[in-house]
Amino acid sequence: MPEAQVPASQGSIMDREGLQALLDVLTSRGFGVVGPRVRDEAVVYEPIRNVADLPEGWTDRQDGGRYRLERREDRALFGYAVGPHSWKQFLFPSRQRLWQARRTETGLEFLEEPSRDERWAFLGVRACELCAIAIQDRVFLGGVHRDRSYAERRQRVFVVAVQCAEPSGTCFCVSMQAGPKATCGFDLALTELLHAGSHRFLVEAGSRVGQEVLAAIPHRPANEDERRAAEKVTALAAARMGRTLETRGIRELLQSHPEHPRWEEVASRCLSCGNCTMVCPTCFCSTVEDHSDLSGKHTERMRLWDSCFTLGFSYLHGGSVRKEIRSRYRQWMTHKLSTWFDQFGSSGCVGCGRCITWCPVGIDITEEARAMRSSLPEETAHV
Amino acid sequence: MPTSPRPRLAVWKFASCDGCQLSFLDCEDELLSLAGEVEIGYFLEASGRTLPGPYDLSLVEGSITTPEDTQRIREVRRLSKRLVTIGACATAGGIQALRNFARIEDFVSSVYASPEYIQTLERSTPIAAHVPVDFELRGCPIHPLQLLEVISAFLAGRSPAIPTYSVCIECKRAGNPCVLVSRGVACLGPVTQAGCGAICPGYARGCYGCYGPMESPNTPSLARAWRALGSSRRDLLRAFRTFNAGAEAFRRESEANAD
Ligand code: SF4
Ligand code: SF4
Ligand code: SF4
Ligand code: SF4
Repeated sequence: MPEAQVPASQGSIMDREGLQALLDVLTSRGFGVVGPRVRDEAVVYEPIRNVADLPEGWTDRQDGGRYRLERREDRALFGYAVGPHSWKQFLFPSRQRLWQARRTETGLEFLEEPSRDERWAFLGVRACELCAIAIQDRVFLGGVHRDRSYAERRQRVFVVAVQCAEPSGTCFCVSMQAGPKATCGFDLALTELLHAGSHRFLVEAGSRVGQEVLAAIPHRPANEDERRAAEKVTALAAARMGRTLETRGIRELLQSHPEHPRWEEVASRCLSCGNCTMVCPTCFCSTVEDHSDLSGKHTERMRLWDSCFTLGFSYLHGGSVRKEIRSRYRQWMTHKLSTWFDQFGSSGCVGCGRCITWCPVGIDITEEARAMRSSLPEETAHV
Repeated sequence: MPTSPRPRLAVWKFASCDGCQLSFLDCEDELLSLAGEVEIGYFLEASGRTLPGPYDLSLVEGSITTPEDTQRIREVRRLSKRLVTIGACATAGGIQALRNFARIEDFVSSVYASPEYIQTLERSTPIAAHVPVDFELRGCPIHPLQLLEVISAFLAGRSPAIPTYSVCIECKRAGNPCVLVSRGVACLGPVTQAGCGAICPGYARGCYGCYGPMESPNTPSLARAWRALGSSRRDLLRAFRTFNAGAEAFRRESEANAD
């Protein structure tokens, strides 16, 4: 976890061999490196060891409810946007045992889960994902009740960010002020520089341990041209967002129109399948299940990713509070863009576009916000 | 009669393929501990020895398809303190509920040499259409671990942790890239109840709907998405008319796509 920021570095240059050296150094320092690779027709985040594991020469085409990998003309290693996975699956696993209990002769014995010593190095974290991690840090670590297992995993993570060059058709991080340029929250940040047959990376260190790791791999100082080329990568990406979302007054807009007819309209399309919440890098909701065994002598409590699209999520005495899909979609979108401010002091959306791409029926949060705003008189829409 | 300290269990069969009872027998490791916790009173698939009722827990496989069934299920209910139905036949009428969409006489006369000996009902119906049911465990077949969960919950006097949300939630927890989005493969996962662990999407196949409709199935919207992927109305009719053809939401969607 990056500690106090170090002075902005002037940037260093490494080549593809340097990238392999980075993987080797991280591995030798005891990190399990996870990064992007192609599996099942998508770029997913899984353990990697070599540069050859990365999705070389691949890009993605994304739209509402649609994702396709395509070949690029160059050998870019990071020439795509975010896929179905996010880093939350490592920091906040989808299924986790919280404790076990055994019936003994004298009563009950509770067994805590042992501390885990895994140390992850995340390779290829995008700007929006850094923001999402910062948001989940506030959720899990910010309040009075810190999540111990999240804290353990999080504090050991080494973050290698990658500056975005290829936003997808569903990206809107510019609107959410979450990208495409990563400016903090990383140990190292890479900008992939590809032109005229050369393949290099501009490396910036964002923490002391990042500087140490950089010192252990072959590199040289970047020159002025290279720095400008790197700036241009994210500037061009910022100009090519697939989507936009007008955030002015969005917080009030959503909270003051709970009966807007658009909620009913979107409910006719929404499957209440929960995919949007599962892929969202900031969604943090979980449920617990207790499983006693046949003998009744042993039980365990599991924590699983949950979603506000399930009926069980709002189950209180006598039934679910949000019976209709309309109220579940409204809860989701209002939480992301509005009540998250009340709860955590920021937006709950970083504009990564996953919920749009991975919704089986392509429901688009930016489109829903636009539809709601445009149907209202000018002054209400811009409260 | 001396009362046994262990709850007495019975397993009953109606119109079915025995697959769910086999899932039960597949719980190999746990069967021994189960035998220690309950007294198997009636389970013909496993043992010829039977004990008289009443039974503390009855597991019922199969659907109601004959006039005798309608009587026998009442008797089973009368003998059972708790009655749990297992599998698509018992909870939705099973594959044999395809008869519900046609004329039964046509089937009988084309299948049997002497149709006059056949006594059958016009429709195949779930157990809950005939007697009160305490819990319905879905699946074609049921998942052994879910069955153990239901029995453990019964023994502990707690409610079973059997979710009713979509297969998608299990699919995403497992980390599968969605086959519908990334390959354009038609998948029933968004309208199907979880329970299998999203096996098919894990093998790049669409979900077949074995666990029946999830808690709030929006089948018309999924059907529109399938059409956009190139599925025909006939594809939709067939997808919704399988083991859970008789389940309300699937029945309605198949009828909406019938010609
Ligand atoms: S709401 Fe959608 S676009 Fe926003 S962070 Fe979540 S998945 Fe990304
Ligand atoms: S949008 Fe729903 S699932 Fe996501 S954090 Fe909010 S309540 Fe939880
Ligand atoms: S918005 Fe899309 S992904 Fe989310 S619950 Fe509705 S249909 Fe599923
Ligand atoms: S593959 Fe099927 S079950 Fe899995 S998320 Fe996609 S639609 Fe849902």
